[in-house]
Amino acid sequence: MKQSTLDRREFLKLAGLGGVVLVTGMGGTPAQAAGNDFYFVQLSDCHWGFEGAAVNPDAKGTLRKAVAAVNALSQQPDFVVFTGDLTHTTDDPAERRRRMAEFRSIVDALKVKDVRFMPGEHDASLDNGKAFKEFFGDTRYTFDHKGVHFIALDNVSDPTAAIGDEQLEWLSADLARQPKDARIVVLTHRPLFDLYPQWDWATRDGARAIDILSTRDNVTVFYGHIHQEHHFKTGSIGHHAAKGLMFALPAPASQPKRLPIPWDASAPYKGLGFREVEADASATTYPITELPVS
Amino acid sequence: MRELDSRRRRLLQAGAATTLAAALGVAVVAAQPKPRVIPVVARKFSYEPAEITLKLNEPVVFELTTVDVVMGFSVPDFGVRATILPGQKATLAMTPSKAGEFTFLCDVFCGSGHENMEGTLRVVA
Repeated sequence: MKQSTLDRREFLKLAGLGGVVLVTGMGGTPAQAAGNDFYFVQLSDCHWGFEGAAVNPDAKGTLRKAVAAVNALSQQPDFVVFTGDLTHTTDDPAERRRRMAEFRSIVDALKVKDVRFMPGEHDASLDNGKAFKEFFGDTRYTFDHKGVHFIALDNVSDPTAAIGDEQLEWLSADLARQPKDARIVVLTHRPLFDLYPQWDWATRDGARAIDILSTRDNVTVFYGHIHQEHHFKTGSIGHHAAKGLMFALPAPASQPKRLPIPWDASAPYKGLGFREVEADASATTYPITELPVS
Repeated sequence: MRELDSRRRRLLQAGAATTLAAALGVAVVAAQPKPRVIPVVARKFSYEPAEITLKLNEPVVFELTTVDVVMGFSVPDFGVRATILPGQKATLAMTPSKAGEFTFLCDVFCGSGHENMEGTLRVVA
């Protein structure tokens, strides 16, 4: 039996399964009919192929645990999105493809069959997305789901971390077809704003993308790359980074070097996790529920 | 006598140059000291040198080369960067306006060690 979204959130809070962030700025519009509520799951930064026992002694098991955790959700999401760094980079193109094939094989076990993939720089920057496209399709695309217009933006296939003029024009053209108050969700890998360029946590021409997106009233961005939960606003646009599924990274500027946080044996998988994102057609908030891997 | 003639000639030449400059509306300014040139070599996945010390407000030019693949050289705290192409010399001018320790890093994804490719810029007063 389908729970209401509020019931499910309340249940998660009471059960202590995850933190809930109420994200403002994505209000419903009168045109949105009740009954179009849904939620999706965001997973990010799986880095399949990474080895480093000091930061994750279960490197070969964590992704499978995450897949099992998603499959165990009492109410399955409408779809699942992976926001990049599916695999850990390698200089060997054959090894890159082997990792992508393994990743694909593991996530094929998801019960939800509507799965959207996006590249991270580890997947795409060394070959401009060639191997990624062979396994997962386009590196940028749009789709519509129950009144929400989703835009997957590629800021990694160019190794300089640029979106590029041509893709920005594509973005502008796509937005031009949307009403000003359309509900728009952008999925991308790197932060579009300058979160901390000293650690390469930025997109070279991200400000131009934000300018274009700012022409619309209801835009929210979900991204990865920084391996931790983070929430930020540029104007009316909310930007929400997800945790990773291989190793956690320190808060921006919290220490001199961007080194992975060591594994805590007393709290395995601490800092790792995935999230549910609610899209309530009639609500003015946009709730995120963070869920652990264990 | 010959030395006096030579000095007078130089003075006359300078005067003529000043007159010409004034006629052309060009300001005559003292020559600026050349910025210090600092060669930096990039390779997978390090810079040589990895630590660079500059004086506060000292104009410098980084002369950047890479021995293997395309690299970046970015100093976000000063808002400057350059792309370094194999076989070509890139130059990047900057004048540090604040003292402290800052990171320079590769901002062009260059391989499996890219995320550790960085160095320290030390600016002393």
